[in-house]
Amino acid sequence: MTGPVAPHPRLDVEALLLDPRVHIIVCCGSGGVGKTTVAAAVGLRAAESGRRVVVLTIDPARRLAQSLGVRELDNTPRPVAGIRGRGELHAMMLDMKRTFDEIVEAHSSPVRAAQILANPFYQSLSSSFAGTQEYMAMEKLGQLKASGRFDLIVVDTPPARSALDFLDAPARLARFLDGRFIRTLLVPTRTTGHGYFRVLHAGLNFVTSTMTKLLGAALLSDVQTFVAAMDAMFGGLRERAEATARLLRTPGTAFLVVSSPEPDALREASYFVERLISDELPLAGVVMNRLHTSRVPAISAAQALAAAEASADAADPDVAMAGAALRVHAQRLQIAGVERARLAGFRLAHPRVPLVGVPVFADDIHNLAGLRAFGAELAAGTL
Amino acid sequence: MSVHRRPAGDWEGVRLHIVTGKGGTGKTTLAAAWALALASDGRRVLLAECEGRQGIAKLFDAPPLPYAERKLAVAPGEGMVYGLAIDPEQALLEYLEMYYHLGRAGRVLQRVGAVDFAATIAPGLRDVLLTGKVYEATRRRFGEHRPARTAARISVDGKTPADGYVYDAVVLDAPPTGRIARFLNVNAAVADLARVGPINRQAESIMTLIRSPMTAVHLVTVLEEMPVQETVDGIAELQRHRIPVGAVVVNRVRPEVLPSDLLRTAARGRIDTACLQRGLTKLALPAGEEIAARLAEEMTDAARIGVRQRRLRTVLGETGRPMYQLPESDVDDIARLYVLAAELRAQGVA
Repeated sequence: MTGPVAPHPRLDVEALLLDPRVHIIVCCGSGGVGKTTVAAAVGLRAAESGRRVVVLTIDPARRLAQSLGVRELDNTPRPVAGIRGRGELHAMMLDMKRTFDEIVEAHSSPVRAAQILANPFYQSLSSSFAGTQEYMAMEKLGQLKASGRFDLIVVDTPPARSALDFLDAPARLARFLDGRFIRTLLVPTRTTGHGYFRVLHAGLNFVTSTMTKLLGAALLSDVQTFVAAMDAMFGGLRERAEATARLLRTPGTAFLVVSSPEPDALREASYFVERLISDELPLAGVVMNRLHTSRVPAISAAQALAAAEASADAADPDVAMAGAALRVHAQRLQIAGVERARLAGFRLAHPRVPLVGVPVFADDIHNLAGLRAFGAELAAGTL
Repeated sequence: MSVHRRPAGDWEGVRLHIVTGKGGTGKTTLAAAWALALASDGRRVLLAECEGRQGIAKLFDAPPLPYAERKLAVAPGEGMVYGLAIDPEQALLEYLEMYYHLGRAGRVLQRVGAVDFAATIAPGLRDVLLTGKVYEATRRRFGEHRPARTAARISVDGKTPADGYVYDAVVLDAPPTGRIARFLNVNAAVADLARVGPINRQAESIMTLIRSPMTAVHLVTVLEEMPVQETVDGIAELQRHRIPVGAVVVNRVRPEVLPSDLLRTAARGRIDTACLQRGLTKLALPAGEEIAARLAEEMTDAARIGVRQRRLRTVLGETGRPMYQLPESDVDDIARLYVLAAELRAQGVA
């Protein structure tokens, strides 16, 4: 395309998804940019190139499950029918509670597991705790990798509250399960003590009594029971989270940042890019989704506008038709121009980050054919 | 100048405006524009966020907002928008100070990690603290107690408004549509916590305010399948919880350029390209077959989007909520907020 910008490295999605050394592709980005569509289209295209692929999605639109022809996404990879060629595509949606339950069951005796699963605090932790979803996504990713059933795992990250959630949340949960206050809670209450210990004990009493007032005795005792029961698992949980985090740093992983040419989305994308680079995570590049492009370069915006104005209220049906077409064309070029200007700024800010554009789709993508068309555009790239 | 208040707009009597929307629809931008619109003509509005994103500061090109009310932007006609980033840990400390008079002792709790712990293990508590801060600011009156360290110092030169409220309105940039009902339904959130005591009493007072006609939850959307579906679901969920739903704001609307009669045929891809070619020739433009075919494709794209948008607008209309439509803006800086605020006022918001 024309523009004052120096040649910018192009993100070759096709090469990426065909590269046998790449085993994990993580799609991240803010909400509403088409992240799930990109993940599904990448997965489909890789599968139709002969790879055994699973797409792990966290919160798909109902339409996406439909588009993959999978009625039920239930924490187990489900084969997607209608794939062309010898490859395979599987899709699964994370059920964070079930994933957590399975860890508990796998790592403790049946009696202890039953205790933990019945604990009210565990139940809220496993179904609504901030960070559990991300933590369990990591866990599932580790499991899928270890299963050896797939040679490519495409991860559609949770819609993050902030750009950094997906990367930070697992550590936060591990820190919590492992944390200072939890250990304080576990200190058995002694009635005797001297000097420093008495002071400490008084402090503890103060802390515990305030917490009790705030949270209620029932919740606190649930937490205490839970922590005692989970104690043996803590090390294991932390190790697993760390192992998955290491996996994400290897060259076998590629991060794709998905964005659209909207100011807010671009700001978030910048955030992601900077964070991935500073954390030395393998950033493959940026997919700029929903770009408006001209299908008719022969007619400029200025020409189209002038002619459309000249044809306003034309009685001649030919001219009226041409006028309508030119107004549509002019609007499209005007949008494209604004987007190009925004993109130029983004590229200047990240001159070394490869980028590829995907044109906006007029229709909602809700079947394999739609995903296939989207994947073809993604591989061809408009930038 | 006198404390001039022009007749209020569509939301007279509403003092707490809660703005939600699916991610990517422009929720924070709308909250800011809404606050500017309400603050016009000498009014004072607090714009608060509660998700730790510093979205407001980014929007106004300001340094990160502290957990304290700060002047943020001047509204047309000597109004003022104040900004606040509500932080759950700080809110808990402030709460302990206010209700238990813990003072510095509260810091001990923070040092041993108890504050973080409490806010973490009890998400409900967290939500009560976040909405509690909003509750306090919404009801704060001149001459009454105010949180010393976080409240803005506002002087009105002895001209206290008749209702005595410090803020004419509070606008909250709230969690997204998918989580909004759970976030606002604070009573249920703390049901598992201490059954008696200040937290529960606090939750009940907040719930009373949220369910009162003083509150309205506005939902931002764009004319695309998923955001519209989430909006419709969100409205139903809020109504189930008896939380008053305000307006639906359709963001980033582009003018429809195709006339209605052409829209249907073009959407079906039935453009008479021969006619189009003749027209282009008459306008002295390149008129090859290829060019006409590509222009027809562009028309079809635009028509399909247009048809879908009409359908989605009808779906939104069926919710029965007042609807405002904001045009797509090509300006990316603070000026955009003022343009949107003016548009909201022109449509009757304030």
